[in-house]
Amino acid sequence: MIIVHHAGWHAFMEAIVTHELTKHYAAVTAVNKVSLRVMPGEVFGLLGPNGAGKTTFIKMLATLTTPSSGDAVVCGHRITQDRDAVRRCIGMVFQDPALDDRLTGRENLDFHARMYGMKRDDRMKRLTDVLELVGLAEKADVLVKQYSGGMKRRLEIARGLMHFPKVLFLDEPTLGLDPQTRYHIWEYIRQLNAREAVTVILTTHYMEEADALCSRIGIIDYGTVITVDTPAVLKNSIGHDIVTIEATHAELLRAALEKEPWIQSVTVSDSTIVAQVREAEQKVARAVFCAQEVGAQVRSITVRKPSLEDVFLHYTGKRLRDDALDIREQRRGGHP
Amino acid sequence: MKAWFNPQAIYVLWLREMKRYLRARSRIIGSLGMPFFFLIFLGTGFKQFRPAGVPDHVDYLQYLAPGMLAVVLQFGSMFTGMAILWDRQFGFLKEIMVAPVSRVAIVLGRTLGGMTTAFLQGVLFLAVACIAGLQLPGLSGWALVPLFMLLIAASFVNVGIAVASVMHDMQGFGLVMNFLMIPLFLLSGALFPIENFPEWVQVLALADPLLYGVDGMRFGLLGVSRFSPVLDGLILCAFCTALVITGAFLFSRVDVE
Repeated sequence: MIIVHHAGWHAFMEAIVTHELTKHYAAVTAVNKVSLRVMPGEVFGLLGPNGAGKTTFIKMLATLTTPSSGDAVVCGHRITQDRDAVRRCIGMVFQDPALDDRLTGRENLDFHARMYGMKRDDRMKRLTDVLELVGLAEKADVLVKQYSGGMKRRLEIARGLMHFPKVLFLDEPTLGLDPQTRYHIWEYIRQLNAREAVTVILTTHYMEEADALCSRIGIIDYGTVITVDTPAVLKNSIGHDIVTIEATHAELLRAALEKEPWIQSVTVSDSTIVAQVREAEQKVARAVFCAQEVGAQVRSITVRKPSLEDVFLHYTGKRLRDDALDIREQRRGGHP
Repeated sequence: MKAWFNPQAIYVLWLREMKRYLRARSRIIGSLGMPFFFLIFLGTGFKQFRPAGVPDHVDYLQYLAPGMLAVVLQFGSMFTGMAILWDRQFGFLKEIMVAPVSRVAIVLGRTLGGMTTAFLQGVLFLAVACIAGLQLPGLSGWALVPLFMLLIAASFVNVGIAVASVMHDMQGFGLVMNFLMIPLFLLSGALFPIENFPEWVQVLALADPLLYGVDGMRFGLLGVSRFSPVLDGLILCAFCTALVITGAFLFSRVDVE
């Protein structure tokens, strides 16, 4: 009780407030003093590499594992005090499938609804609604065994919504799905967030996913949340745009550009020059002028805003993709 | 109403067990095979050389039938208990564990489901055994046999739950089968009276809950038994209660990983 009344972290209207939430396993600290707030209706993304502590963090919020220290309030209930109340107001979609494949889609949802104590009429009506929402109404009476990976994931999302949760946790919602199916799942997540007014907390290690879906993103690595903001602010926080120039005499051009005061940094590989530039749109003409002066022929110039990939690199000093590769390599090594 | 008594959750856990059972036809038929063949081949083969202690007026096949019925119940219900391991493997255990339902309600639902499926298996076995020549008892037997069937089932569903709660994968399954289920079956007096064992084995046999189940059902079906059926019933009840509590306790400590 002392913590809850401590000035500055009482949850008045937030969907989720965490206060120095920490989880130690034997020798590792999976989650280290994470304090953050999520407002109702947000789609909040936790972006980080595998093993960063994302899953442990949401497992604590969903009362599946108890924190080592710290606390959190979910929908007004403390996770360490009122487990069942928290469970009733949240929906959870696990990273690995958690369906009974000997039952039909409808039976899986019905099972869930009864476990959450829903009355018959509510149950029937809600079942139709959520099946509709994820586009599975026609497949409802087929055994889950015969569902595709994407259908299973959609059914799990529908199930997570069954009991009218205020907060829906999605742990890597599109892991292992093909790009087209992933895009569809994104659509469903956007729809449910809009139509059901449900707060969504999702974890992902896909940049595009965080960028496409989230109103705010927390970048997490080694159990610590490094920064939290909207995708736009995060991208602007890097402070420069990226200009890619393809030209002849690349090395000469690089030397010329390096002398310009508005260039922050420039690198070259083969005939491609990559420069970091503030307000790049206004500097493109200057770059072309430089090229003419050294006699280089410009084939193309592209200007792009920094991506979340660049943001992640900026904050953690490593690329997400490399990390994913490492893990695959380890797996290959570990299980020949 | 207490939090652990959650009729709707218990009902839906039971319902799921029923649906899965009725959809697994091969399992229904397959699990009847072994005890049925034991019954007809041992029952007819040992007809002349029947083990010492089988009452003279009782045909060996008739003597064997309650024992085989107990085995059907033992294996059937233990498998239902162990289904927790399957659920863990396929992830569904998490779905059950995150729901705002007490562990006790989960164990109750599973136990009732396992009891029902094992009971149905037992009834099917009795029907096939009749074809093989089993003679059906009078009215008193009809009251006694189902009671013992349910007690055996409740006990062994919880043996399964207990084992599944402490084991974390399928690897130990064979171990449990060979070192728990088979000895319990052989010591239960299903095949021959336990007086044929050396004394120290008889002591072990007395600690086997299945012994009292077989004895009680033998009284119901044939009118012969080692102990009085009331004593059998009481002892089996005690075992059953202890096993349900053990099952519920061990299951309540299972982590959702």
